[in-house]
Amino acid sequence: MKSNEATHSTAAAAGHQDERLRQVPLWKKALSRPELGALAGTVLVLAFFIVAASGTGMFTPAGILNFLEVAAQLGIIATAAALLMIGGEFDLSIGSMIGLAGILIAIPAVEYGWPLWAAILLAFSCAALVGWINGYLVNRTGLPSFIVTLGFLFILRGLAIGISRLLTGRTQIGGIHDHIPGDWFAALFSGEVATGLFSWMAAQGWIATNFAGNPVVTGIPVSIVWWLGLTAAATWVLLFTPYGNWIFASGGDANAARNSGVPVHRVKISLFMFTALSATVFACLQVMDTGSADTIRGLLKELEAIIAVVIGGALLTGGYGSAIGAALGALIFGLVQMGIFYTGVNTDWFQVFLGVMLLVAVLFNNFMRKKAMEAK
Amino acid sequence: MSERTPMIEMRNVSKHFGSVIALSDISMQVYSGEVMCLLGDNGAGKSTLIKTLSGVHQPTHGDMLLGGKPTRFKSPAYALDAGIATVFQDLAMIPLMSITRNFFMGREPTVGWGPFKRIDWKHADRIAKQEMAKIGIDVRDPSQPVGTLSGGERQCVAIARAVYFGAKVLILDEPTSALGVKQASVVLRYIAKARADGLAVIFITHNVHHAYPVADAFTLLARGSSLGTFRKEDISREEVLNMMAGGAELESLDAELAEFQRSDQEQKAAQGAGAPVSTPGAPPQAHAAGGH
Repeated sequence: MKSNEATHSTAAAAGHQDERLRQVPLWKKALSRPELGALAGTVLVLAFFIVAASGTGMFTPAGILNFLEVAAQLGIIATAAALLMIGGEFDLSIGSMIGLAGILIAIPAVEYGWPLWAAILLAFSCAALVGWINGYLVNRTGLPSFIVTLGFLFILRGLAIGISRLLTGRTQIGGIHDHIPGDWFAALFSGEVATGLFSWMAAQGWIATNFAGNPVVTGIPVSIVWWLGLTAAATWVLLFTPYGNWIFASGGDANAARNSGVPVHRVKISLFMFTALSATVFACLQVMDTGSADTIRGLLKELEAIIAVVIGGALLTGGYGSAIGAALGALIFGLVQMGIFYTGVNTDWFQVFLGVMLLVAVLFNNFMRKKAMEAK
Repeated sequence: MSERTPMIEMRNVSKHFGSVIALSDISMQVYSGEVMCLLGDNGAGKSTLIKTLSGVHQPTHGDMLLGGKPTRFKSPAYALDAGIATVFQDLAMIPLMSITRNFFMGREPTVGWGPFKRIDWKHADRIAKQEMAKIGIDVRDPSQPVGTLSGGERQCVAIARAVYFGAKVLILDEPTSALGVKQASVVLRYIAKARADGLAVIFITHNVHHAYPVADAFTLLARGSSLGTFRKEDISREEVLNMMAGGAELESLDAELAEFQRSDQEQKAAQGAGAPVSTPGAPPQAHAAGGH
């Protein structure tokens, strides 16, 4: 009798569930993707500036590369911040790491005559160490990563200024451009790609040329390639690898993940290392581009990265989010920053817009999460 | 029955936390194809016992035998490798992750090679769907978040996962405590199925009505020691109920309540009469006698 009862109720439950599943239309399923809000936001912002900034040059090849480059720089650190936030942690030391990494590249190369590749490797090694320490402290102390990395926000910034003053007596180091030519490693972080394609397009008359017949836009800045590459790699990791599943699990419920055999500590340490390394990539690109390092570089970048990630649909509490979302968040950031410049609106308003965007995104994400969790 | 080797056995196991004796001298055998119900009130030591079985704690004294061989579980992972799967009350489920992602959490099936090694989602989705179908839950879309499942269904995912990954001993910590009648019956039915598949099941519960239909044997815990193990054929549902920590205390509670009532009435009577009542009634020994 008991088993009859059980069979009956299971069948009823199963039947009920089928009913409810059939009712879910495809568009509703798409709503459960974390990056949906960011996609809608991107389309909206893009549409707005296509109208508002028409005829200003924002959507010429040069203008497009302009806002893509802004988006790319932020996107590089936002990708790493997204993985970390999905893994349940924050890194507030990203911005300071950018400043420190720049100094670690510039001083050995300019002041001590190191080859640039060695200086870059030094910066990456130090970043890996900083990330490891961040992760280790969060794991061992059980303190919120907010506090631990807030500590490192000040420690790293202070180190950058202190080391720089101690060794050079300055906080700005220039003259890096002279060291770039011929350095195989620095080439990864400087210049443009697809220059041949752009010359060819200019020759075909498809894009604007200057008086000498050379294209105005000579190629795609390497930072954009880094951004797209990192976003693609992070998306692959999140969606298709066991490690990606561990990231979601660690952020969703670290204890449950541990009980299921996920190496939560290792996952978190590697994610903190990744954010520090991505900050160093950012620093490399910036140093190669401007030819100088400055101890105040990267100020507030950690918060901008968090904004991009949250606009991209990640939950601050972890366990949910996407790298594509973070890329779209960075794109919105770039569009608005350059769009405000092109439309001639006072750039003071940029921050107001950013704050509003953040609040709207968080509210929207909470709403979507509730929707996703609703009984089918 | 006694000549078979138990799948898992505890011999005189004690566990001390500093000066606290959480478990003292527990002996218990669980055979494959059987359900052992572990009954006991709060603080009886059930949690310590299952944590010892699942490798979270190590016994202070005594031996654990797995398939007749003495074993020490240094960690939960070690116990898991040995085929002891524990479904804790929190289920180790992550609501925002899909059924498939939860099902294979920590043990993802992969295809491909080197940097192109990836989770075999097709295979994983199929297995998750199939394992859930085996227990009568038809999951149309294994990529839906676990949070959309009901409590009973989630419990079943957790158990199905443990069984699929080759558990020989299944420890279920209060799997039915938070569930409604229908949901609980789904879980109980699954426990019966796991037993039929030859697993040794240790089922911890407060609820005799859930325990009695599926159990082959009962072990009763009270205050860190075992009141004994009873085969189902040797003990009735009412006897189990009585023996559970509740039993003895419920009787004395009844007696106490009766005493309150009686003294209330006496007071009323005394006020009504305006004169003190000569004796405060029966001596306390009477309650104890009433309990027998």
